[in-house]
Amino acid sequence: MSAGIDCDLPPAGGDVIERIMAILATVPDPEIPVISVLDLGLVRGVSETPDGFEISVTPTYAGCPATQVIAHDITAALAAAGISARLVTRLSPPWTTDWITPLGRARLREFGIAPPGPVDHHAPQIVHFAPRAGRKEMPPACPHCGSERTELLSQFGSTACKALYRCIDCREPFDYFKPL
Amino acid sequence: MNPHIDYLLRLGDSSLVMGQRLSEWTGHGPVLEEDIAMTNIALDFVGQARMLLTHAGKLEGAGRDEDALAYFRDTRAYRNFTLCELPNSGIEKGSGDGACYAFTVMRNLLYCAWQAQLWAALAESKDTELAAIAAKSAKETAYHLRHASDWVVRFGDGTEQSRARAQRALEQLLPYTNELFSSDPVEEAVAIAGIGVRGADLKAGFDHLIGAVQEEAGLALPAACGFQSTGKNGMHSEHLDFLLTEMQSLARAHPGAQW
Repeated sequence: MSAGIDCDLPPAGGDVIERIMAILATVPDPEIPVISVLDLGLVRGVSETPDGFEISVTPTYAGCPATQVIAHDITAALAAAGISARLVTRLSPPWTTDWITPLGRARLREFGIAPPGPVDHHAPQIVHFAPRAGRKEMPPACPHCGSERTELLSQFGSTACKALYRCIDCREPFDYFKPL
Repeated sequence: MNPHIDYLLRLGDSSLVMGQRLSEWTGHGPVLEEDIAMTNIALDFVGQARMLLTHAGKLEGAGRDEDALAYFRDTRAYRNFTLCELPNSGIEKGSGDGACYAFTVMRNLLYCAWQAQLWAALAESKDTELAAIAAKSAKETAYHLRHASDWVVRFGDGTEQSRARAQRALEQLLPYTNELFSSDPVEEAVAIAGIGVRGADLKAGFDHLIGAVQEEAGLALPAACGFQSTGKNGMHSEHLDFLLTEMQSLARAHPGAQW
């Protein structure tokens, strides 16, 4: 069983569940194929029900077009291993980038995407407008050269989950996985 | 109609119409980064709509899914706030002005500032599905709000033209926010049931946010007026018909098509 997944996976209830977890660790995210759906924190539980195995999956962004592809890929990967499982969507608690595993973060960085910083769960849900002078956020480090001198180009990058940054030192643009 | 379903349709239809409007910028953004940003925001709105309409359809129990509700209802059955359906060019239809980014962004600011209050309140809803949708949407709305706030300040700081456009957009759009705060039997029923929230209770938080942005941007807040739009009761402006005709054309030309 993969370490660092803080969801309510059942205690080892048989090797089938362990096999399912091992298979899920090989199913890549369709948009960021270096990271698995497991390391992205999308799998919220695997359980055995009277009707077979049930896998709870949560979407990253509600409108993410990859959601259906992910469901299809998971079902297909399990079917290829002879396991039939039912997928259920679980919205609550909402997905957070804090569920991305350390392995997942390392893979993102290698791929050239700066991994997300921590989400402040104690902050109120409403983000109050911060005047220009009041912004004191730490920009992400450049995944190419490691420099911490980076600047935001756009809050919305090539997919809903990423922002576009530029490194002031090596001048390379890069994606930043936004904390959510 | 069941007020619970009606309430969900108000929120779901508003998100859907916002998503459709914003998607008009896809391929036409003022700069590449903004083209992508606005398209992403549009996608998030469609995501909200999918969750809310799916939930409304299940509660209704008549076998209508998100697609049936989105593509096979006519204008009068839509319950979105009028604010969301106004064209990106501003409220003077046929002005020849073309789509205005300041107008689009100002509408985002106003609606997302309201949504931020709404989601925070609905996270406590007795409708647990709605509470889950609200908690999920709150995180995305925070990014939309920040995008819109930053741009409104930039317009205020920019050229005479950008400032004038932002000011004109604020003056045109602010009266349409009255509809977000006015009470009616649907809202009262869901508020009493602990499912929904009274718009009036969201006003202070909304005013605080908008006031902060308007001040930083150096724009003048127009005086309050009594104008009331009525989209949430199905009485829309002339603009919604055009939007729905385009959005629904494919699904209606090929009913039941799958891809």
